[in-house]
Amino acid sequence: MRVVPRPSDTSSGGDRRNYVRDFLGSDFFFAFKRSPAAVVATVVFTLLVLSAIFSPLIAPYTPFDPGTLNLMNGFTEPMSANAFTGDFFLLGTDDQGRDVFSTILFGLRISLFVGVTAVLFAMILGVSLGLIAGYIGGWMDGLIMRIADVQLTFPSIMVAMLLFGIGKGLVPLHLRDEMAIWVLIVSIGLSEWVQFARTVRGATLVEREKEYVQAAHLIGLSRWAIMLRHIMPNVMAPVLVIATISLALAIIAEATLSFLGVGAPKTEPSLGTLINVGRQFILSGEWWILLFPSLVLLALALSVNLVGDWLRDVLNPKLR
Amino acid sequence: MLAFIIRRIAQALLVVLAVAFVSFAMFKFMGDPVNNLLGQEATAADREELEERLGLNDPVPVQYVRYLFRALDGDFGVSYRAGLPVGEVILSRLPATLELAALSGLFAIGVGICLGIYAAIRRNGFLAQFIMTTSLIGVSLPTFLIGVFLIWVFAVNLDILPSFGRGDTASLFGIELAILTWDGFQSMILPALTLGLYQMTLIMRLVRAEMLEVLRTDYIRFARARGLSERSIHFSHALKNTLIPVITITGLQLGLIVAFAIITETVFQWPGVGLLFINAISFVDIPVMSAYLLLVAVIFVTINLIVDLLYFVVDPRLRVDVNEGRG
Repeated sequence: MRVVPRPSDTSSGGDRRNYVRDFLGSDFFFAFKRSPAAVVATVVFTLLVLSAIFSPLIAPYTPFDPGTLNLMNGFTEPMSANAFTGDFFLLGTDDQGRDVFSTILFGLRISLFVGVTAVLFAMILGVSLGLIAGYIGGWMDGLIMRIADVQLTFPSIMVAMLLFGIGKGLVPLHLRDEMAIWVLIVSIGLSEWVQFARTVRGATLVEREKEYVQAAHLIGLSRWAIMLRHIMPNVMAPVLVIATISLALAIIAEATLSFLGVGAPKTEPSLGTLINVGRQFILSGEWWILLFPSLVLLALALSVNLVGDWLRDVLNPKLR
Repeated sequence: MLAFIIRRIAQALLVVLAVAFVSFAMFKFMGDPVNNLLGQEATAADREELEERLGLNDPVPVQYVRYLFRALDGDFGVSYRAGLPVGEVILSRLPATLELAALSGLFAIGVGICLGIYAAIRRNGFLAQFIMTTSLIGVSLPTFLIGVFLIWVFAVNLDILPSFGRGDTASLFGIELAILTWDGFQSMILPALTLGLYQMTLIMRLVRAEMLEVLRTDYIRFARARGLSERSIHFSHALKNTLIPVITITGLQLGLIVAFAIITETVFQWPGVGLLFINAISFVDIPVMSAYLLLVAVIFVTINLIVDLLYFVVDPRLRVDVNEGRG
């Protein structure tokens, strides 16, 4: 994380080195070093992302390949070897003998994939609609903002549930399980775009009165070119903050929907699905099936939230 | 003032009409009611006759208006899954959700305001600091995790409270309520805690922040200078002004309780409308989904409206501002 440039680095020059040096010397990085919560959260988040990306390499077992499962391994306790087969499981196994550690790694992968893709989708949609509403204005502005108002009346998690229900109804029956992840992504994305659109619209309204935009208009650039190449780069700073906070919301929304059984299918369990599976065993005392996925989800949501809070304070103290 | 109220009510109606259109569109464009009703043996003539009889050949706006009037009558069609009229199904489930929401709302407001005042008055005390730190974690915890862990602690390990269901109910004016029996009340404690906890932390943090703000103002300092007792300063001078913004946020939070009841009811298998809705999503039961959507829209819009109007009643300064600003 904290690479301190050696004196030889600074003299040798080169574009890439300069970027690194600029970054390490910037106020941004200085503020980062001064906030232990942000550093810890970033490290935790990076570790989680890396283990999600490399989960097929790290995972000691292949829990979703029925051929490698042994039912005798069911309900093995954490940090112990199974009494019948002698196989060792770091975090224990569930009822079907699947290694909890491996299922968490793969679940983390799906949770992060859904969360990140949903936020990207919400960001692209929200930023474009915000730019259009702010720069073109007129009836489009009215329409987009009224839709946003109506949607804001409801909490986003509820909107996501409703959209998931509608989406599920639109997908043909035999494709429902395959498409579930994508329906989930679209519905969570559609439930989060409003914040992006409102912020970008507000910033665009300010930017479009500035001289550089008028100049660009004078030299005959098209409206789309002005919006995308000139205004957009100048309204992206708050978008980054909202994206981080939305990521935490999206991860929790995904976990909640999957936990309720209306999200990721059992064949591709996310952290929420795993917690739902674990819940069924707390009455009989197999606590590890529930506890470990919950802790990972908590670590994920908390670390994203902490980074988001810190980014918000650094980039724009006045936001909220 | 009057113009503002009328404008607000008109806006609220527009939102409801828009949501009603979405819920009407779900009906109209998803699934084929004619196929469902006729089965495989139907001829094209049968189809046409039924379409005519159901009014499916009318222009869409006409169908929409007809849908609105039926909805006003409480007629939302028949649930695909239960085979009963949707209005009846929802009505039978509504008391369970409302009593749960009411209890957790009371918990959130009562405990939230008390803890908030305490944390503000003793802001450097150990307990107050501890409450504030814990509440930060509480805000980041997803609702369903809180529920599952409450079950784990109180139902599994301590074994003092039931972990699911509604327990016994007793009838009051023909409405079955769980809170009237000891067994039912016990079943309600964990769900109500789960549902109220998030709102409680929010209200607490808000009350604390507002109270700290108010305690810094001049009139509090003058009250101190007059030699009033701390108790009188805190509770009869500061608290009143603290509560103005709290009312707004709390009102909006009550709407959220209805939404989060979906999650809590599923965790505790509480037989309310939220559980009904989740089951409707799992089975793609469109009539129930669209009726629930409309119901929630009406609840939310009504709460927002009341909160807006309440704001005017509570804070006289606002009335003046609006009259001058728009007058």
